[in-house]
Amino acid sequence: MAVAATTKTGARPSRAGRRLAVPAWTGTVPFLAYVGVFLLWPTGIVVVDSLKNPSGAWQLSNITELANPLVRGYFIGSFKLCLLSSVAGAVLGAILAYAVASGNPDGIVRRLYLSASGVLAQFGGVTLAFAFLVLIGPVGLLFHASWYYDFPWGIGLIYTYFQIPLMVLVFLPAIDGLKIQWREASENLGASAWQYWRYVGGPLLAPAFLGATLLLFANALSAFATIAAWENQIAYVVPQQISTALSSEVGLSNVNVADLLALGMIVMVAIVMTLYVLLQRRAARWLR
Amino acid sequence: MSPQATSAQEAATRNAVEVQMTGLSRRYGQVVALDRLDLTLQPGELVALLGPSGCGKTTTLRLLAGLEDADAGQITVAGRDITHVPASRRDMGMVFQAYSLFPHMTVRQNVAFGLRLRRVAAAVRDRRAVEMLELVGLSEQADRYPHQLSGGQQQRVALARALAIEPQVLLLDEPLSALDAKVRAQLRDEIRRIQLEVGITTLFVTHDQEEALAIADRVGVMRDGRLEQLASPTDVYSRPATAFVAEFVGLSNRLAGTVSGGVVTVRGCDLPLMDRSTPDGPAMALVRPEAVTLASGYPADAGPLTGTVIALTFLGATSRVTVDLGDTTILAQLATADATAHPAGSRVTLTIRPDPVLVAVDGAASAGEGA
Amino acid sequence: MAALAPVGEVVREPSARRAAGVSARRRRRLNAFRYLVFTVFGLFFALPLLAMARFSLEGAKLGTWSVTAWSQIASYQGTQAVGIPPLISSIEITLELAVITCAVIVLLLVPTMIWIRLRVRWLSRTFEFLCLLPLTIPAIVLVVGLGPIYNRIQRVSLSALMLFWVYVILALPYAYRALAAGLGGLDVTTLAEAARSLGARWLTVIVRVIVPNMWQAIINALLLTSALVLGEFTIAYLLLYNNLQVELYSISRNTPNAGVLFATSTAALAFAFALLLILSYVGRRRRRSRG
Repeated sequence: MAVAATTKTGARPSRAGRRLAVPAWTGTVPFLAYVGVFLLWPTGIVVVDSLKNPSGAWQLSNITELANPLVRGYFIGSFKLCLLSSVAGAVLGAILAYAVASGNPDGIVRRLYLSASGVLAQFGGVTLAFAFLVLIGPVGLLFHASWYYDFPWGIGLIYTYFQIPLMVLVFLPAIDGLKIQWREASENLGASAWQYWRYVGGPLLAPAFLGATLLLFANALSAFATIAAWENQIAYVVPQQISTALSSEVGLSNVNVADLLALGMIVMVAIVMTLYVLLQRRAARWLR
Repeated sequence: MSPQATSAQEAATRNAVEVQMTGLSRRYGQVVALDRLDLTLQPGELVALLGPSGCGKTTTLRLLAGLEDADAGQITVAGRDITHVPASRRDMGMVFQAYSLFPHMTVRQNVAFGLRLRRVAAAVRDRRAVEMLELVGLSEQADRYPHQLSGGQQQRVALARALAIEPQVLLLDEPLSALDAKVRAQLRDEIRRIQLEVGITTLFVTHDQEEALAIADRVGVMRDGRLEQLASPTDVYSRPATAFVAEFVGLSNRLAGTVSGGVVTVRGCDLPLMDRSTPDGPAMALVRPEAVTLASGYPADAGPLTGTVIALTFLGATSRVTVDLGDTTILAQLATADATAHPAGSRVTLTIRPDPVLVAVDGAASAGEGA
Repeated sequence: MAALAPVGEVVREPSARRAAGVSARRRRRLNAFRYLVFTVFGLFFALPLLAMARFSLEGAKLGTWSVTAWSQIASYQGTQAVGIPPLISSIEITLELAVITCAVIVLLLVPTMIWIRLRVRWLSRTFEFLCLLPLTIPAIVLVVGLGPIYNRIQRVSLSALMLFWVYVILALPYAYRALAAGLGGLDVTTLAEAARSLGARWLTVIVRVIVPNMWQAIINALLLTSALVLGEFTIAYLLLYNNLQVELYSISRNTPNAGVLFATSTAALAFAFALLLILSYVGRRRRRSRG
């Protein structure tokens, strides 16, 4: 569909003048329309509805409900789980990515780990919870971890399982971008391996690492399938509560609960993002 | 071209060191990159290693830097055996082909990096960095980041960074290969100036013969992991030790002839041989284009040295004329004023000056195949 | 958001030389480190999957082996007494969804990206921002907002295939990354100018010149998109559609037939992994033959 629109403008260069001066950007309209309808509009609905009451009138006081201790508890739970799994996933994933990158770029190991990462990063979900259940759950084949149902440790471990592959996927290009000359130049100037990482490799990778960690955080925040199938009947995180709110219209009355919680999540992402931008600005002065 | 015979001795007085490599070998799997190389750099001397890609010149440099391990052989610097010293403790300044500056550090931080590793006080290393940047003419750019500099400026900074640690030896790994022709010539001369000023023993690796001849005290021509000839630029050019050197350094015409008693007869001309012990028989004589001169007009009987001009290449002060001799073509290099007298299509008679020549005995590979 | 870009866009320099240019001592240390890392992570990733596979082959008595669970996948009825077996139909739906989503995302993204590179450069930052935005808007937030929109869609069609509309959005960042990496390595402008000077129309430029040079990237984008669709649960579950993951979830909740559950999960995972591995080889061969 985009093709049809683009060819039309392209066939007539702008110097053709008045005849049919369709500007080049019209070629992007199909994409923009799609994103508008299925991404921007729903997000807008969330923001607007969260500030209305169920009958459709504006009710800005809804915001104060976010301070409700019960609601706050879900957000703190979400934050704990996301922080734990994203930091652990980022550090471990970076180590694995380095090991993968330092091998043969066309080798079987790299191919295997990249393919596996592609699947496992997306395939967490329901399946993953089952897998860990039979491995270390109450009737685990390996052993029975008494902390399997503990929050955030048990579920954090399971989250890390899909965070590491995601880290490998997004961080590998950054490691591949480290030029061998930098390593050799620093060695030549007298740097030990540790000094190389401390002064050269580390600072060079820092912006990418930060960005990837943020991505992992957002990824954990939106993960719902795994914790839904975790089989612990207590709700700890926001998505669980949104799910409950969507399926049963109980809870805080007089407020669009699901919309309000969703708004809270958007705010949470915005805060983390702002933090990231500030850190990034320090870490990547040299990029500009 | 600047064969500076005196510079080496002069610099030797300023604690420049001698570098000695003996029996150095290195192989990658089945490929022999370096085959028992012996090479000595006199104190303060600039030696250029020249050769086609894969000849082992870069391997030599990387072994000297310690970035790779030798399979056999020994390296000594100022009499001290450093064969097994890791790269980070060798005290050698190295300039890479390109993109070796740390992109997250300013020019000043890059230059001071080696001193920072040596725990030199901040004030001292800053002063030293500025000095170095003045030496390469970039003190104005001290607070920029590498990506804000041109390619030539980046390589100057790399040179300043290498020299800031006051290394014993300077290693240059094709530092000019990524630059434009004009910048290249300019920076080449500057490297030589700085090297003489600092008086440091230097190994310069390049595949560009003009570059090597222009700045080196001695040029080493390499092929298949071996040193074919190590001599002053003038000697390498006018008295090549082997046919390979003759063809790799400068241009050579390959003309069929017959060797007999220390003389090779080519198309009726007798040319003396450099190597008088060359066995008699058919051979290819290697004749420099500048040994060939042209005269207009053609005698009634077309002799073996008459032909038709098919191309004229203008090179500035000189021009190169390609003459079709019927069974082969020959290049002549003349002053441009002389060359323009023979436009394409004109008939000419050639003369070959009887300079001593080398012959390539049949089966010897040409320069192009040496890699 | 836009600041996320450097993560994936660092100049790709394959570390081919890394193998040759390292001193033997460091090479040995590095290899020891690599094997240790691969072993530890390999175990961490493989053990849960192996446990699941083992469980799916559990016989009637503990410790025995049996393929009963696997043979039941096709006919498993769950709580439903009659009709099409829900498990197999959910598998079908999911595969169809993967195909549709892949097709839509390629048709939507590839021409737009090339077009922006060629003619609308000033839009590229905004475009990137929009593509990466779904990474930061949690899927569950989208679901909340999508409610009203899906109410309208469901007036037209009740099919679960309608999920592809959102799945395209979810896959957008991953597909964008893969495609951007491929396009980054191409000098699109020069290719286009060369083709146009030879008389190609814009459509020809895109379809016959640029796309053939980015197959690897397109395949990568398809891989990531399919993996995402095969594993998606949140949106389907909350919008009350039955895809594979939702079906597995409801089996686990309602009729805990562990064998079938684990057998299907293992099969789905193995399928996705095989798909990715095969396609990664296909992609490489293509690139090689063009090299």
